[in-house]
Amino acid sequence: MKITFDWLQDHLKTNFKEKHLLEQLTNIGLEVESVGSLSADNETFKIAKIIKTEKHPNADRLKICDVDVGEKEFKKVVCGAANAREGLITIYAPPGSTIPKTKTKLVVAKIRGVTSYGMLCSESELNLSDESDGITELSNKFKKSIGKNFFSKSKSNLIDLSITPNRPDCLGFRGIARDLAASGFGKLLELKEKKIKSSTKQTLKVKINKEKNQGCTAFGSCLITNVKNTESPQWLKNKLISVGQKPISAIVDITNYVMLDINRPLHAYDADRIEKGIIVRNSNSGEKFSALDNKEYKLEKDMCVISDQKGVLGLGGIIGGTRSATELDTKNILLESAYFKPRSIRNTSKKLNLDTDAKFRFERGIDPSSIEVGLNKAGLLIQEICGGEISKIDIQKIETHKVQIVKFDTNLFEKISGFKISAKEMIKILGDLGFKCKKEKKYLRLTVPSWRPDISQEIDIVEELVRISGFDKIKIIAPIKERTKSTLTQTQKLFHFLQRAIASKGYLEAITWSFTNPNYNDYFKETNKEIKIINPISSELGVLRNSIFSNLIMYISKNLDRGFKDLSIFEIGPVFFGSSPGEQTTVVCGLSAGKKSRLSWIDKERNIDVFDVKRDVVQTLIEAGYNSDKFFIDDKTPNYYHPGKSGRIFLNKDNDQVAAYFGEIHPNILKKIDIKTDTLIGFEIFFENLKFSKKTLNDQKSKFTTSDFQKSERDFAFLVNKDVKAQDLINAISSVDQKLVSNIKVFDVYEGENIPDNQKSIAINLTIQSSEKTLEDSDLEKINKLIIETVVNKTGAKIRS
Amino acid sequence: MSNLKKIRNEFILKLKGKLDLTEINQIKSDLFGKSGLISSQFKKIGTIVESERKKFASDLNLIKDELQDLINLKTDEVENAEINKKLDKEKIDITLPERPFVRGKIHPVSQTIDEISSIFSEIGFSVEEGPDVENEYNNFTALNTPDNHPARDMHDTFYLDEKKQKLLRTHTSPVQIRTMLKDKPPFKIIAPGRTYRSDSDQTHAPMFHQVEGLHIDKNINMGHLKGCLNYLIKEFFEVDKIKMRFRPSHFPFTEPSAEVDIGYEIKDGKIIIGEGNQWLEILGCGMVHPNVLKNVKVDPIKFQGYAFGIGIDRLAMLKYGINDLRAFFDCDYRWLNHFGFDPLDVPTNYRGLSR
Repeated sequence: MKITFDWLQDHLKTNFKEKHLLEQLTNIGLEVESVGSLSADNETFKIAKIIKTEKHPNADRLKICDVDVGEKEFKKVVCGAANAREGLITIYAPPGSTIPKTKTKLVVAKIRGVTSYGMLCSESELNLSDESDGITELSNKFKKSIGKNFFSKSKSNLIDLSITPNRPDCLGFRGIARDLAASGFGKLLELKEKKIKSSTKQTLKVKINKEKNQGCTAFGSCLITNVKNTESPQWLKNKLISVGQKPISAIVDITNYVMLDINRPLHAYDADRIEKGIIVRNSNSGEKFSALDNKEYKLEKDMCVISDQKGVLGLGGIIGGTRSATELDTKNILLESAYFKPRSIRNTSKKLNLDTDAKFRFERGIDPSSIEVGLNKAGLLIQEICGGEISKIDIQKIETHKVQIVKFDTNLFEKISGFKISAKEMIKILGDLGFKCKKEKKYLRLTVPSWRPDISQEIDIVEELVRISGFDKIKIIAPIKERTKSTLTQTQKLFHFLQRAIASKGYLEAITWSFTNPNYNDYFKETNKEIKIINPISSELGVLRNSIFSNLIMYISKNLDRGFKDLSIFEIGPVFFGSSPGEQTTVVCGLSAGKKSRLSWIDKERNIDVFDVKRDVVQTLIEAGYNSDKFFIDDKTPNYYHPGKSGRIFLNKDNDQVAAYFGEIHPNILKKIDIKTDTLIGFEIFFENLKFSKKTLNDQKSKFTTSDFQKSERDFAFLVNKDVKAQDLINAISSVDQKLVSNIKVFDVYEGENIPDNQKSIAINLTIQSSEKTLEDSDLEKINKLIIETVVNKTGAKIRS
Repeated sequence: MSNLKKIRNEFILKLKGKLDLTEINQIKSDLFGKSGLISSQFKKIGTIVESERKKFASDLNLIKDELQDLINLKTDEVENAEINKKLDKEKIDITLPERPFVRGKIHPVSQTIDEISSIFSEIGFSVEEGPDVENEYNNFTALNTPDNHPARDMHDTFYLDEKKQKLLRTHTSPVQIRTMLKDKPPFKIIAPGRTYRSDSDQTHAPMFHQVEGLHIDKNINMGHLKGCLNYLIKEFFEVDKIKMRFRPSHFPFTEPSAEVDIGYEIKDGKIIIGEGNQWLEILGCGMVHPNVLKNVKVDPIKFQGYAFGIGIDRLAMLKYGINDLRAFFDCDYRWLNHFGFDPLDVPTNYRGLSR
């Protein structure tokens, strides 16, 4: 809602300055979004006189004018208007001023080689009218005003208010003035309401069909005959211009003026184009209608239309039609002032995707009692400006507005707000806001004003009282520092732990959209179904992600394009497997690209490999408290991993939920994405598949035992078939005697010369130590033998040495 | 001169000369070996006449000790000289770079969430979460924003089905609903998380982060709300005093509702919170609407309290001087490195939020 202090003073008597106004508006909940410098700009436009014109040396249609702008020296202005002539009084815009229509700022500029200091303006450029043919011509009456400001009347700034949807009454100057007055900012002026005095009847018959879902409950109208539609008088034009509206014609301007002034939307029809009376009814499916926005709308069933015998004239409360629109030559008009139900308005406008000023107001709720006020005010103005005869007001109603009563317990105020005001004060505030108050013991019996559709219960009254008394009266109550429940759950603690554990391995944490590019998503979605967003901001962000990889890989690719070669990033966040609430799971997903020890003077550089990333994952899981002795790893991974260089981790062999995947990203995907890197290794840890113990750190620590008896290290080299996994060997060895055998390490894997083609050699080092005694050579020999036997039996290995 | 003295003088002279380790060992063996000069003297003790035996033994021991010490000293000297000689050869250029390391970072949004959680932990709030995909009811209707309410226009919503029943939550407020349906009052929670709106420009991202706060008990009023937010802002910005302004506003799920501004000024291109005459909107709040309480089966006569919603990204921007919201989600390596936090910098109550 755009307002000026000037206009506001039609309704409000106050001694305060605009600076205070801005503060007060914000204090009572009418937030000032911006303060426009319209008036400052306006003050730059000067009444000026062309003293001399001469032809531009380099352009046939341009003239160089010497312009008297009330200063010592004349200004040289290059002008292309045909009507620029010596002696013409017009409007001059100096360099630095902003042209209202185009919002362009003028600068001193050379036009075809001649310097022009400012510009002479057309009416259209000044938003005075649509007249763009030639510069503004002012009458000789302005002769004495040369050098003075043209827009001398508007001294106030354009203030843009953000009116919350619960306050339709503040979509008009009157409502804003009322709120300000209630808050002590001045006195609300009483309106001297003039009423239409007429003896002629409104002869066009109006009927509101009583049908289900009828969106119109009341339709007031009057006929004004023999008008001469014209341009609006200057005061009216100025008013509209001052709030950024473009004057059109007197009739349209007047309806707009009344709408802005008291939030009462009106519509003027060309009465001669209405075929035998008005019928307000529900639309039929498929009905067509040409609206004033020059678009044709195909209506659905049950939209509220204003129609006549021939068809739809307008969408009630939303937009009028071209067929019955008023023109400059319109003689007889029917002026409509109606009440439309917010719900109906909203339904229709949503379906047709149509947004108008009237719609905006009606969907928030127009004062149902303003029908007559609006007709009186607008009707009389039209008559005054356009002449003609006016009929009596006709009002058709199928429902009457129910007066809202709220029984307000005055104690509730302090209970909610934490501070006190007297009942007397409450009555004063509410009275100023238009409530009728009756005191009944500890209650106030309140009649809610008809312009406040937002008020229906006690808490609404508390809000009014707090708002007007001022939020600064609320006293701070310091919070009590006391904890009765732990801040984080086990799950949340684990989330934070994993997040920081991964970051501590050299990964940068990223946060990317929860949605992603469907093309990228396809690479990683496996058997998940695609979850489309119906209204994405772009098709490239059209689906919810089934995996974090799609985004990470895209962004890592962007970073590689920026010239970074060695990158590790990760994200912890949701991935989705369905479109219902809860069909999501949390994943820690990371990617590493590039080399280790690139350009190092000391170490040999090499590509990052699967075992680097495996270490990051395994170390993180161990740090998070999982026992790596129980981990079970195999090579069954989703298709987006390299089939030979990827694995999955289970926390133990009997667990059927995957704790993590890790591996090289499939080369096909790299090729398709065209990602420029030596290597790209990824991992995913499935947060919700991790079983976390309910034990505290204290409980987790088992009894501390060590052995000081002599220990002995042994090396073994086994020859096994290539498909035998190191894990099988280690498991076999650790099954021998966990009390004696520990620290099992693979220290060499060898294939090639001296080894049969389908076999490999795995060398293992381990420690044998007893916690009870120093082992004799014979004991050690026994264990050695047992280890070899077990490995041979379980894996088919042969001992090499 | 006795034989003993002769041996002593001879070997002291020898040991004063320039010797290497082999030569020292030779001397050692000459003196203390099985048939070494000193060793043989010891064997003689028994043959000495009783009257002189004591003195002889005492003299012999003194000389033995003296020579022994001298040998040890000489050995040390020679060994040290050899080590020093070796060290001279082992000199490296210590200014050469260390082995490369990589440093991970925590995203500023995550850090900010941890900071906020830490602050609220102190005053007894616990952390709740809810799903990113919500149903229409939890996101709007239960929050007193029925279908066809113009307030819905304030939220540009991403929908997942044509019927508009499933959507990406536009705020964290549905977590209020879930929490209150699940448990019984009192409630004292915060709910940080991702939120989504279908607009995208310089100052809006289609995804951003909010933290919801909810405190419902028997007598929680607007004074508590003010106190809580005052505490939060002071703690978060780590300043002693702040300027805070409550402005009346409207949210369907709270009444009375307010937007909160904090005072700031720009000094040397940096934003200073708590001083100056400019106001910056940072959050929306209010007393939970009785309709909302009724929707979650909490008796609004018995229970009341406040709720608030804060933009986490916005807070992070203010605290850490980040200009562009879009950059949060752009994943630029340089940005993540610059604005990210060391994973060891965990905000805690006892240590403070930041270093």
